[in-house]
Amino acid sequence: MSDLTRDQLLEIDYYLRLTRTLEERLVALFRQAKVIGGLYRSLGQEGESVAAAYALDYKQGDVVQPLIRNLGSILVAGAKPVDVIKQYMAKGDSPTRGRELNIHFGNPARDGFIGQISMLGDMIPVMAGIALAGRMQKKNLVTLAFIGDGGSSTGAFWEGLNFATVQRLPMVVVIENNAYAYSTPTSKQTAAKRLADKAVGVGCESETIDGNDVLAVYRATRRAVDRARRGGGVTLLEVLTFRLKGHAEHDNQSYVPQEVIDEWRGKDAIDRYERTLIDDGVAAADDLAAIQKRVRAEVDAATDEAERSPMPRGEEAGKGLFAGDGYWE
Amino acid sequence: MPETTYLEAITQAMSEEMARDDRVFLIGEDVGVYGGAFGTSKGLIERFGERVIDTPISEIAIVGAASGAALMGMRPIAEMQFIDFITCAYDILVNFTATNRYLYGRACPIVVRGPAGGGVHGGPFHSLNPEAMFMNRPGLKIVSPGTAYDAKGLLKAAIRDDDPVLFIEHKYLYRRIKEELPAEDYLVPIGKANIRRRGKDLTIITWSAMLYVADEAADALARDGVSVEILDLRSIIPFDEEAILESVAKTNRVIILHEAPLTGGAGAEFAARIAEKAFDYLDAPIKRVAALDVPTPYSPPLEAYALPNRDKVIAAARELLAY
Repeated sequence: MSDLTRDQLLEIDYYLRLTRTLEERLVALFRQAKVIGGLYRSLGQEGESVAAAYALDYKQGDVVQPLIRNLGSILVAGAKPVDVIKQYMAKGDSPTRGRELNIHFGNPARDGFIGQISMLGDMIPVMAGIALAGRMQKKNLVTLAFIGDGGSSTGAFWEGLNFATVQRLPMVVVIENNAYAYSTPTSKQTAAKRLADKAVGVGCESETIDGNDVLAVYRATRRAVDRARRGGGVTLLEVLTFRLKGHAEHDNQSYVPQEVIDEWRGKDAIDRYERTLIDDGVAAADDLAAIQKRVRAEVDAATDEAERSPMPRGEEAGKGLFAGDGYWE
Repeated sequence: MPETTYLEAITQAMSEEMARDDRVFLIGEDVGVYGGAFGTSKGLIERFGERVIDTPISEIAIVGAASGAALMGMRPIAEMQFIDFITCAYDILVNFTATNRYLYGRACPIVVRGPAGGGVHGGPFHSLNPEAMFMNRPGLKIVSPGTAYDAKGLLKAAIRDDDPVLFIEHKYLYRRIKEELPAEDYLVPIGKANIRRRGKDLTIITWSAMLYVADEAADALARDGVSVEILDLRSIIPFDEEAILESVAKTNRVIILHEAPLTGGAGAEFAARIAEKAFDYLDAPIKRVAALDVPTPYSPPLEAYALPNRDKVIAAARELLAY
């Protein structure tokens, strides 16, 4: 663990716990009908989301782009829990002022992250463009895009990855292979043995990693980020993990065999990481308990603030399509 | 002063804006070393180097990368080799590019431009007039110049605009029209129509290459003593509603002429707007002259039959005048 300081290792644990606790709070709010739209969990995938995003340097201008199960990644980049809750609750003072859902928000030039749109694959060329702008502006920044096993079947994914590779852009693409895209198993997405093999078709670097090993994901991503920053071009990382919940809260995941779910529950990335911290003498149980206490207090405060926030006024709906009407200025 | 073709006007607009503003760059297929399939970017890579980017055949990547760069403060011009291929990027353009400001408060100032239109026997996949398919997806401005002056001034305005602009140029006009352009920098404002010809008996609302069909019809009608006003819309979104209503109020008879197919075409929107807001001024029904509701066919007799022409406009005018 020598490449990360104790503070950094504990900070990773903080983000892991913050992700899980915030999502648990969102589940409670969803059941109270305070979340307006769907709720999408990253249970079981928090480890790779946080670890990959932790390999970026946001002071340098790096940008991460999550998919729906990468809440942890934008928390690492600096997204505030209160903003996430406001987004889910469709509040008028949420980052998108009630116009968009969940973690679909963020300004890459200002926030270090940009939320996705729902058309999977479209963000890969967008993230290539952010990397291209960074190069033209001599910022030496790196972009990191998440995509899923399902999303890597789209044309936009291929076009974006190919363009970024041809241009040797400073970009990392993480494919989360979590075994299912909604109800469709990866075996029906592709006949490729490994999703990392998709790199061969475009000519970029690739690696497959145990996605539930936090430090392995961090190190592999860090290698890819460093290579990108040195001018070595694109890396496609496949992280092997598992979606422990359905596609969204309404989905009971009946299409997944129970024994498979049980098996993956035993491989939980957060438990595994915290055991390592204790076994290696990095942290005592009290240290981890203190992190959990801090996280709960932060999520409680964020929830209170979000609940007090107003809904948007309906008549705002006609404003802010183009510059110049004063809505966003 | 030498005359400048419509095509050269586009090249000049890009070149001058790239010289004026380091944030402007051009990205597309064959735009660099080759200078563009039609030569619109000839000489730009020699002058601007890495700011002219040759891409794989990947319209989604072209529009997506341009959009991502725009979010970071750049001013990309994304070229579609033929505007027909914009349909390959339709998703990312309408769902990502066009929604940045309304949904997220982000500026995404890209220009997507490319050659549109028929009359050159390009066949069904090289003759598209795409404006209507973007009009019902809010967030994109749409302009379509019909003169060299407007091509240059509107493209410069589009590049400087803080929102995404679809710049639809007409390939039929590239080398067929030319005029003297001002030596100094100028812009044509987006959203403003131009009264191309003043008249009092009938208004033809049109844009792009159909200006010249309207001219021919107006000349023929003038010989019979009919005074035709031609309103060159230039901008489709936002469009100059005031100019449309003023002209209708003056002439009381209106033809909307466009090269795209009739049903669901842009003309339907303008006709509806006139019916809603200027019904009392009308002395006759609103008439539309447009292409047949078919893909643009290849063979010259088929294409000529499918597209609007002078005689179709004259017939429509006579019908209105006799109403």
